[in-house]
Amino acid sequence: MTISAPTPLAAFARRRFGAVLPAPAETRLWQPGANERLDERPNERHSELFAAPGDAAGAGLALAFALAQLRGQAADPVADHPDERPWLWVQDATALRLTGRPYRPGLPPMLRHRLIHVAAKTPEDALFALEEGLRCRDLAFVVGEIAGNPRALSLTAQRRLSLVAEKHGVPLWLVRVGAERDLSSARQRWAVRAAPSLPPRWNAQAPGAPAWQAELFRARNHPPGEWILRNDGQVLTAEPARPAPHHGDLAAPAGDRPLAAG
Amino acid sequence: MAIWLPRLAIDRWRLAEGLRPGEGSDAAPLALIAETAHGPRLAAVNEAARQAGVRPDMLLADARALCPELAVAPADPAGDRAALEALALWAQRWGPWSALDPPDGLVVDVTGVAHLFGGEATMLADAARCFAARRYAARPALAPTAGAAWALAHHGPERAILHPGESLDVLPVAALRLDPATVLVLRRLGLKRIGDLSGVAREALARRFRNHKAPAANPLVRLDQFLGRVPEPLLPVLPVDVPLVQRRLMEPIRHRSLLDRVLADLCADLTRVLEARALGARRLELALWKVDGEVLQRRLELAAVSRDPVHIAALFGRKLDDLDAGFGIELARLRAPWTEPLALAQRDLEAAAEVHGTSLAACIDRLAIRLGPEAVRRPVPRASHVPERAQQWIGPLEPERVSQSDLPFHTRPLKLLDRPEPIAVLYASPDGLPRRFRWRGAVHEIARAEGPERIAPEWWRERSTVRLRDYYRIEDGEGRRYWIYRSGLVDDGRGGAPEWFLQGLYA
Repeated sequence: MTISAPTPLAAFARRRFGAVLPAPAETRLWQPGANERLDERPNERHSELFAAPGDAAGAGLALAFALAQLRGQAADPVADHPDERPWLWVQDATALRLTGRPYRPGLPPMLRHRLIHVAAKTPEDALFALEEGLRCRDLAFVVGEIAGNPRALSLTAQRRLSLVAEKHGVPLWLVRVGAERDLSSARQRWAVRAAPSLPPRWNAQAPGAPAWQAELFRARNHPPGEWILRNDGQVLTAEPARPAPHHGDLAAPAGDRPLAAG
Repeated sequence: MAIWLPRLAIDRWRLAEGLRPGEGSDAAPLALIAETAHGPRLAAVNEAARQAGVRPDMLLADARALCPELAVAPADPAGDRAALEALALWAQRWGPWSALDPPDGLVVDVTGVAHLFGGEATMLADAARCFAARRYAARPALAPTAGAAWALAHHGPERAILHPGESLDVLPVAALRLDPATVLVLRRLGLKRIGDLSGVAREALARRFRNHKAPAANPLVRLDQFLGRVPEPLLPVLPVDVPLVQRRLMEPIRHRSLLDRVLADLCADLTRVLEARALGARRLELALWKVDGEVLQRRLELAAVSRDPVHIAALFGRKLDDLDAGFGIELARLRAPWTEPLALAQRDLEAAAEVHGTSLAACIDRLAIRLGPEAVRRPVPRASHVPERAQQWIGPLEPERVSQSDLPFHTRPLKLLDRPEPIAVLYASPDGLPRRFRWRGAVHEIARAEGPERIAPEWWRERSTVRLRDYYRIEDGEGRRYWIYRSGLVDDGRGGAPEWFLQGLYA
């Protein structure tokens, strides 16, 4: 293990918090497209996104992750036609009422014609549909939307989903609409909210490409952190979310954010 | 060979009553009646009624005036048709294929067959004898074309055979299988026999009937078919046997676990039957006979053709939860009324196949059985500019309807609310964009906006009072992006002040 010379800031933090921070050389921050090499890390098929009920930020980011992963996958050299497998979008009744129904003209063009939508009445039915979808080898990925913290979505149920996803290799993004951060076995857990978009080039008054403020608060293989993710329809880019600098103080308070995140 | 059953309906009624001709209630005048818009009308009459002067197609009131003691029974045209189909299959004993000649005739192709029965006359005698043994009145006739055989069966002598060189000119024109209106026209023209038609110039007949395209209305077409100048394809009757397996149980079963065992056995049997014919099932029917005679039915449709016994048994298993076995089930039968070809597949020899997961069709089946077929859907585009109408939902494996191109929309939201929700707005100016709005109890400041995109109502689908919509794509102070619209204009005369709605949510 090589330890580079500690920066004054890191040294300050070590002294102050007494915590052993990972050295910069071995710090692996989350990067867009880091999920691409899923074949090397088969244990990261299950992600969870916590979102507020009043917008479509959670589902939008889940689709952006899925797209980034689909684009990153190397094409099968022996396949004679491109991978056009359908994908599954499962919603329970409350999530459907709170955040609406998928709208085909607004979906990414790559995914539009491949959607299969399941409108489940109860969270139990939604979990059943998620599990059946994860068992299916003909699905590219599965997106789920479940509102609140239903009793059915216990740690056991979460663990079942993780195991099925990892066994069959079908990725799952589970959007939790208006939920508390309960116990979960998801490999990556994000808290998502919408972020102001960059003004488009030709009409600065119009809303721009979607942007999200995403906090990775628990991940198995990454240190947690907070980013602003932008999706311009081609690539998903990440930039560190910097809080406003404090005047008169050299370093921003660390809070629960690791200093290595930036 | 054409076979005419002149009294099919009456014969079926008599067979159902178990009577011989002229015996019991058949000795008295009797008619089968069909209900029509003008009251009951006679469909068929028996011999005693015919002698009393009653004819088919009379109104029952007129017939009662002629013959007050006339008894009636309801006619059964559907049953007659089914009986005719069964007879057509049975008539394939005289030839390789047969066709229906509704409502009361059969045509059997006996080309090159007669010598097997010892000659044509013997074969006709055999046919007459077989029908007589089944107590059907039948008039078989033999001729080189279907039209000529039909003419002989209906209008010729008993068991007529048309030999080469013989002429049928003496038969009436009705023997050409023409409808009554055309026969009436020909009779008014003085053409009463088939021979009379050859006395008229062909061009004159062609001109007189140039607007009659249906063969039954055009005597020239019928004459050509009659003489074999034009081919007349007939639709043969093919027997379809539904794959069926059943288990008779030694002891009536009352418990679910035993029933599951029987069901698994049935599915395995059915799979074997289907595999032998290279078929797969689309629809399956399970019937369970209880000891007290009641029959429980469960029906299943598959999204894609399949003959996987485990899959079928699991799907039926969900449908058996509310079963009431009563005193027990003694017979279980599984049928596949709808099958499609499914080629034999090699069993995957790799052990890895066990962990490869289910196929899409199996996944859809399981979801649709538990959640209902309306819950599993797929959006397809639809030619409309109104946002909620621009997509429709179809079954997940149904093919998308082919269209030349999708309508190119400007940026559309990722999700649409099922019905637009009204929002309370604060205007800067009444016909412009609001500054802020309240939706679901929260206030949103509008930071950036794009619009309006005006979408007019579709007058060919909607009423004239539907208002146009001005859509705005907005982003609020926290970066949430919405799709809102104003319904109507201030002075469009279609209602009061315009209202604002929120319809879509952007990613």
